[in-house]
Amino acid sequence: MIFTIAGRELRSLFLSPLAWSILAVTLFILAYLFLTQIETYIGLQPRLAAIEGAPGVADIIVAPLFADAAVVLLLITPLITMRALSEEHRNRTISLLFSAPVSMTEIVIGKYLGILSFFVILLGLLALMPLSLLVGTELDMGKFAAGMLGLTLVVAAFSAIGLYMSSLTEQPTVAAVTTFGLLLLLWIVDWAGNSEATGSSALAQLSMLRHYEPLLKGLFSSADVAYYLLVILLFTGFTIRRMDASRLQH
Amino acid sequence: MSREALVHVEHLTRYYSQTCAVDDVSFDLAKGEVLGFLGPNGAGKSSTMQMITGNLAPGAGAISIAGTDLLEQPKLAKREIGYLPEQPPVYRELTVDEYLRYCARLNRIPRSHVKGAVSSAKERTGLADVGRRLIGNLSKGYQQRVGIAQAIIHNPAVVILDEPTVGLDPLQIREIRALICELGKEHGIILSTHILPEVQATCTRVQIINRGKLVFSDTTAGLESRMNATALIAGFHATPDLATLQQLPGVERAEPLADNRFRIHYRDSNPTEALVEQSVAQRWRLYELTPERRTLEQIFIELTCSEEQHTHTADTSQ
Repeated sequence: MIFTIAGRELRSLFLSPLAWSILAVTLFILAYLFLTQIETYIGLQPRLAAIEGAPGVADIIVAPLFADAAVVLLLITPLITMRALSEEHRNRTISLLFSAPVSMTEIVIGKYLGILSFFVILLGLLALMPLSLLVGTELDMGKFAAGMLGLTLVVAAFSAIGLYMSSLTEQPTVAAVTTFGLLLLLWIVDWAGNSEATGSSALAQLSMLRHYEPLLKGLFSSADVAYYLLVILLFTGFTIRRMDASRLQH
Repeated sequence: MSREALVHVEHLTRYYSQTCAVDDVSFDLAKGEVLGFLGPNGAGKSSTMQMITGNLAPGAGAISIAGTDLLEQPKLAKREIGYLPEQPPVYRELTVDEYLRYCARLNRIPRSHVKGAVSSAKERTGLADVGRRLIGNLSKGYQQRVGIAQAIIHNPAVVILDEPTVGLDPLQIREIRALICELGKEHGIILSTHILPEVQATCTRVQIINRGKLVFSDTTAGLESRMNATALIAGFHATPDLATLQQLPGVERAEPLADNRFRIHYRDSNPTEALVEQSVAQRWRLYELTPERRTLEQIFIELTCSEEQHTHTADTSQ
């Protein structure tokens, strides 16, 4: 049942020009970033050859690309998630789901997986860029995999937050703006305490960026993964609660 | 709780902050019944239906569908419900076929049965020709039909339709009414409307709800007898004697209207025969004779307005 809902969500995304244009624009920008990164690498190559244990392709091309990709995804996730629940409320199609024999958890998880599968497609296409380097050079697959995992977790957390925001309002644009605000805040929250030691560690723990950077360097820490999983669980839980409450009051 | 009842609603109450939308409503729906829900705007019809279909949590009370408690086992109970809200819950970007397949899966129809369910639902609602068209491009009437198809696709025991004929042309209205009558044979149906003749045309039972309270509940036959004639309108070319009219057997009172027409109120026995005989004997030259029936509209207005006055006086006395 979850997959029926997820399938329709994904289908509806691709039936609107929004998803296609987002895919096109995002991949265009990321491809451009990828190419500039390759150029940087080519410029550095003669000097790198002289150094023992010099940073490889994964450090100079893939890590910056994935770091930029996360910022681009921060900008586009709100656009994908904004309609998920708000539009169902607005068009009153939500009553189709409410009067069907499905639980609220199934509805929310189905919606979430639908959105996530869109991003899996996007990330799959993105992954092809670094993988294309395999034709001419070697790629540290461990670092690449850690980066992919990090990016997937980041997007999954973004989507969970976006879905929750979408359940709060009937206006897709409001959902998009609030999602963007919250994501940006969570991204930069550690900037505040940069200079002082006190309190900054707590803020750093909250920051999504701080948990993403180690993965880009190829450092897999279960604390970072747990952070993202917690965010996902928390916000999907919030969404389920919120949807249940929407039947209580009008 | 009777076991045969498809829908059993007990002391259903719902407040929207301070406003009481539904106040202690109880009723039953048996198989083969078409229950018409009547009421002025904002009377609580839609709220009641939303609660029965699980779209709105009730403030108090119990609902059971085909013997299953809706609040305790919502998944099981909802299998037996088909619901068409006021606004058909259709996705405009899908084709009719895609949409109905989705609804079929959503209602847990096994994959192998989906195709059959979709085509039979389309057949019954007259959508066979538009299966491949986008719902957004269909007219309002067709969208309404898609909404109805969605409500009956899983062959539920109870079909709940909120104003199913709104926005349809007269021909479509007739088709939908015929469909409702046909569905009513195998299912229990609750439909809300404020088109009064629709109730007489389709329903076997009528409930009038006003300000959240059930103010009238009877079979359509019972309603018919309430509506039965209690007066005649008679028109004459010659001026008859009022006293003679009033002395006819059964006549309570005769009321002169314009153009030598009279409204003749009677009780118990119908004075038509005696009136015609008198007219011939006295050469009143009768040209019009119509039994005057109370319309459903009159009953409706009586019930809803008297209730209003009643509550009004109750308010002021507080």
